[in-house]
Amino acid sequence: MNLHEYQSKFLFAEYGIPIPQGKVATNPEEAYAIAKELGGVIVVKAQVHVGGRGKAGGVKVARGADEARIHAEHIIGMDIKGLTVERVLVDPGADIRQEIYLAVTNDRAAGMPLIMASMEGGMDIEELNRERPDAIIREHIDPIMGLQNYQMTFLASAMGMPRAHWRSFASILDGLYRCYRKSDAELAEINPLVITGEGELLAIDGKVIIDDNALFRQPALTKQRDTSGEPSSERQAREAGITYIKLEGQIGCMVNGAGLAMTTMDMTKLYGDADGIGPANFLDIGGGASPEQVAAALRIILSDDNVKCVLFNIFGGITRCDEVAHGILTAYNEVNPDVPMVIRLQGTNAAEGSKIISEAQIPNITSADTLTEAAQQAVAAVKEQG
Amino acid sequence: MAILIDRNARVLVQGITGRQGGFHAKLMMDYGTDVVGGVTPGKGGEWFEGAPVFDTMRMAVETTNADVSLVTVPARFAADAIMEAADAGIALVICLTEHIPVSDMMRVLAVCRGRGTRLIGPNCPGVMTPGQAKVGIIPAMVATPGNVGVVSKSGTLTYEVGFAMKNHGIGISTIVGIGGDPVIGTTFVDVLEMFENDPETEKVALLGEIGGSAEIAAASYIKNTMTKPVAAFIAGLSAPPGKRMGHAGAIVDGGEGSAEEKILALEAAGARVAANPEEIPSLLA
Repeated sequence: MNLHEYQSKFLFAEYGIPIPQGKVATNPEEAYAIAKELGGVIVVKAQVHVGGRGKAGGVKVARGADEARIHAEHIIGMDIKGLTVERVLVDPGADIRQEIYLAVTNDRAAGMPLIMASMEGGMDIEELNRERPDAIIREHIDPIMGLQNYQMTFLASAMGMPRAHWRSFASILDGLYRCYRKSDAELAEINPLVITGEGELLAIDGKVIIDDNALFRQPALTKQRDTSGEPSSERQAREAGITYIKLEGQIGCMVNGAGLAMTTMDMTKLYGDADGIGPANFLDIGGGASPEQVAAALRIILSDDNVKCVLFNIFGGITRCDEVAHGILTAYNEVNPDVPMVIRLQGTNAAEGSKIISEAQIPNITSADTLTEAAQQAVAAVKEQG
Repeated sequence: MAILIDRNARVLVQGITGRQGGFHAKLMMDYGTDVVGGVTPGKGGEWFEGAPVFDTMRMAVETTNADVSLVTVPARFAADAIMEAADAGIALVICLTEHIPVSDMMRVLAVCRGRGTRLIGPNCPGVMTPGQAKVGIIPAMVATPGNVGVVSKSGTLTYEVGFAMKNHGIGISTIVGIGGDPVIGTTFVDVLEMFENDPETEKVALLGEIGGSAEIAAASYIKNTMTKPVAAFIAGLSAPPGKRMGHAGAIVDGGEGSAEEKILALEAAGARVAANPEEIPSLLA
């Protein structure tokens, strides 16, 4: 789960990290009032879950409250990469002398938290990593030992932080690591952390990603979830306990297991790509595949108007294919889809399952033995419809 | 002597009185696995299909002399269960549980490393040495004994490939499901190394997917060290960047972890990469 910039920075503040004293506005009048109270130079920043908002015109500097209102009028309601901006952060401007990058993240290969720090902040870290990897200082943290003082000294020294700022840098680093740990974050990033003309350190921009699997013990953070950027079909699926991701193709895929679901998508693309045909979604129905689950998944797949064929690929291990076949027929009768369906059942009781499907004699249902056949049949069914 | 488990493995099931734990413990017993007992806090003294249930792993290990544990408890208790097994001296812990927070797994991994415990998973289907023993949920029907080692991030994709191999008369030495989470106990390279040193394995099938860099590390191991032939499939060529494809680890982020780069690396290392998993048997023939 991604936090917005303002949520991230307000969270940082709880851990003693200095942030600009800005506030959030949902309309131009609020932006004006906040800017007037702050005084001086103001930055109006779109709060939206996509990258590149600056380039899209979602971040503007204002010389006073009136100009802040004009910028807010322009930015609120603006479309950035398909998402509508609903709120802006109104921050006081800062006198920036130096931009620093600082983040704590999970290093999945090492299985340990990793701190990354660089005096070349401000730019995209992936770009910096490609162009000048040596400019990023890295330090792994033993998750049992935690972040130690000597590691903070190492980072400050190796990155070339001026000694006058070591004490406040250590305090910010300590706060950021605690924030990462206590929030079950996958990433807690300050970019940039700036040194101001007054010689203070200040977190100007921030990004926090929370591990979805830890939300059960993060009630305060869970409440901050903004679902406005999430397609409604994905939200419905999440609430039904089904993993669904909408894609751009025409073949709706219903599969048990995440790896096999991706593979099934890949096969529709392998055989359909030459004709511009591919997967309409990722969907993992999980184990069991009860009639209720199949029906719910089928409704979600068919809510996408691009879908011209539905491909079922179920490998029955513990799940029995005859039970899945009954589930599919029940769901079929309930949802009554008007697109052709290709059903491929393999594994435990596959023959019985296929028999149940063929005996039902539904005109627009065909069955396939192998994944290859199933994908080719689905592609052909889409082609027939032009 | 197969890798990880064989017919001599003495297995405890943590969560044996649970619905999932009990169901799969029974299937493991039916397969011939020596399930010597189980652990459910508060249910010590009960029996499960003739096997004793204990309150704690320490008591269970002292009484049964088990050397393998299967963790089937829910996500919020799983980290504790794995650490309990490591602390009780279990050499091999296999964790099926999905949705364990990564921060828990990082602590657990540090504890396992400190205790010399090998962890497989979490969020994996387990390990099966066909004809001898299975620890986990891999269906018995997907494999026959043979000399191809299978290592995979995914469950049903593994069953699919195992079953296709079986239909082509190709048997399996051991199947290892390492799991699709970002932080896991045993990596592709660890298992490739075991297969390379296993006299009963002649060839290897590797089933990877988008996300992370474990397949890239596997490619460099294959290139530099491995003498046995490897066939591979990487799932997720059609997955768009920035979207998490079910598994917590399956996401292409910042241009890293794409199927293309993994396929190229494996091919450059000399592995034969299938465009379709149903081609794996012919690549192994």
